[in-house]
Amino acid sequence: MWGALEGSIVLWAWMLSLYTLLLILRHRENARDLYPWALSVMLGVLSFFVLVMTLPAPPFERLTPIPANGRGLNPLLEDTGMITHPVALYLGFTGFTVPFAFAMAALATGRLSDAWIATTRRWTIVAWYFLSLGLLIGGWWSYHVLGWGGYWAWDPVENAAFMPWLTGTAFLHSVMIQERRRMLKLWNVGLVVMTFALTLFGTFLTRSGVIASVHAFTQGTIGVFFLSFLALVVLLALALLAFRWDDLRGQGSLDSVISRESTFLLNNVMLVAAAFTVFFGTVFPLVSEALRGVKVSVGAPFFNQVNVPLFLALIFLMGVGPLIAWRRASVDNLKRNFLWPVLIGIVSAAVFFALGIRSTLAVLTFALTMFVAATVALDLVRATRARLRMQERLIPAVGGLLLRHNRRYGGFLVHVGILVIAVGVTGSHAWSVQTETTLKTGETATLAGYSFRFDGLRASEESNHFKVTGAFTVTNGTTRAVTLLPAKKFYPQEQSPIAYVDYRLGLVDDLYLVLGDFARDGSQATVKMQVNRLVSWIWIGGLILTLGAALAILPDRKPAR
Amino acid sequence: MKRHAKFLIGGAVIAAALAYMIYAGVTQSVVYFVTPSELSAAPVTGKAYRLGGMVEKGSMRWEPRSLDLSFRLSDGKATIPVRHRGTPPDLFGEGRGAVVEGSWAGDGYFKATTILAKHSEDYQAPDPASAERHKEMIKTLSGDTR
Repeated sequence: MWGALEGSIVLWAWMLSLYTLLLILRHRENARDLYPWALSVMLGVLSFFVLVMTLPAPPFERLTPIPANGRGLNPLLEDTGMITHPVALYLGFTGFTVPFAFAMAALATGRLSDAWIATTRRWTIVAWYFLSLGLLIGGWWSYHVLGWGGYWAWDPVENAAFMPWLTGTAFLHSVMIQERRRMLKLWNVGLVVMTFALTLFGTFLTRSGVIASVHAFTQGTIGVFFLSFLALVVLLALALLAFRWDDLRGQGSLDSVISRESTFLLNNVMLVAAAFTVFFGTVFPLVSEALRGVKVSVGAPFFNQVNVPLFLALIFLMGVGPLIAWRRASVDNLKRNFLWPVLIGIVSAAVFFALGIRSTLAVLTFALTMFVAATVALDLVRATRARLRMQERLIPAVGGLLLRHNRRYGGFLVHVGILVIAVGVTGSHAWSVQTETTLKTGETATLAGYSFRFDGLRASEESNHFKVTGAFTVTNGTTRAVTLLPAKKFYPQEQSPIAYVDYRLGLVDDLYLVLGDFARDGSQATVKMQVNRLVSWIWIGGLILTLGAALAILPDRKPAR
Repeated sequence: MKRHAKFLIGGAVIAAALAYMIYAGVTQSVVYFVTPSELSAAPVTGKAYRLGGMVEKGSMRWEPRSLDLSFRLSDGKATIPVRHRGTPPDLFGEGRGAVVEGSWAGDGYFKATTILAKHSEDYQAPDPASAERHKEMIKTLSGDTR
């Protein structure tokens, strides 16, 4: 349905028209002055995609010569994750067109007051929600289908989706500064333009075949179209920015380095820096090949090395930002808000070390996580107490708090989700183990305290493929034995077999088996065994994060008088 | 103004740190892509490469018990022997393109740590002969010798 280049352009255009319709329904009445401009921008972008659809990439063209039998979908994509992933991701991508349209409308009309910011903010959370969902589903697909045991490879296609996520996240934070202190106007417009440009760039990257990557199932010649449109968008935006330069100068100024403003500013710098490093690593091979004629690749080590310190700093700021005072934080304020969390962080670092965790990175991440979790808990406890004093009961008090201040607590919930994901990512990097071995029927291999017994091979004919399944019994002495059935599928239309992973998810240990080669007489099989640690935390954290974002999207409830 | 200067200095420090991290990261983890002829012309022992070529027909040896895989990669002009430990990926095969990541071992072969097989984008009609082969395989595996 939304396969290949042409299908994705159709999906883009389709989603974008959906957003345009929503924008018409929602803002025709309440944003009179911005609405015509915003709508024009939306339609302008939409017409570009329709143009791409009619000229270089028509989706419904006839196939010649007519193949005897359609090739069908790449079997790797036959998965529920792969049905929902592109939809969520593209809802995220196209969603960022709305903030861009309003930013352009504000620039064009000169109404740079905070009206466009207020309008844009919820739209941005909607786009952000879908983009996050898309990234998470993509990771889940990669983990349980591709059979390499990972969820994120810093592949250009993943980076393409991650960059607008980073700048979009930055915007969601800096927008609060503008709402509260009327600062950073220029920066906010810049972030919106950057995010939108990155979604276009991401589509270009994935859909023009410019980077040959494992994800690039499609190729095309529409690169020129996309790059020209991208250049046009950026130039127009810059021209408008220059035109309104004087109006965009902020009214407030930073009072102190130790204040909420500068914490948020630092958060923005870190997020944009992360986006920049990802961008750099993604396009470096292209630039190198184009300018020097030397083909190089920038692998995961680069991205991990550069981004880990940035993300750790971001987690720290995540704890500081929501509680620190505006303008200038007094020593008293710092002590009141951070004494306990810092102590909890330090104590938990000692506890983790005492528990035998020797990876510095893991101890640091977990301690930071505890620190941030403590700040969230502190805030929640204080606010609940205040309500309890007003004779409310506990459950209605907490519920009312979450709903009344849904933006604040939605944000907190997203932060908690990020923390849980951080624990999962750190744990899976530090403690996952794997090995590969060839077993005869009845033989047993051991890994990380688990024993894997090979019980034999079985072949079967399925509706559209042949399947060879290996049976493995896994025990670790304490839990009940688990049978895992990894397989190889042979599709008549594919040149090679496709591995079918079998796994058992757990809160701590995931068992993960990939069938490799096997003897044709069924006597032995090569199998890749993995015990992946804490990976489930990533999916749980993702769930919390999307719930938080959904809470933040809910309409504001003004306290009833 | 003093406050302003503080922020400027802070920003400069962050920018410098970032630039250094990127520079260090790139110099440490950039991997050069070479063809067999380029590699055989000037092999540097121990340096990380990505080597791309065609897996020569009849060159592949796979020893399941020891997980030793060896084959030769060719670009028509030069040939490089490659050794790897572990099952080849699904898309790997003789007569097909493959990219391997690893280093030149010095004693005459390329030691691969990762094999990235290339997926052909060309349409292929379902091959009735391969379906027959798969049926045959199912028979042997299920012990059906009728």
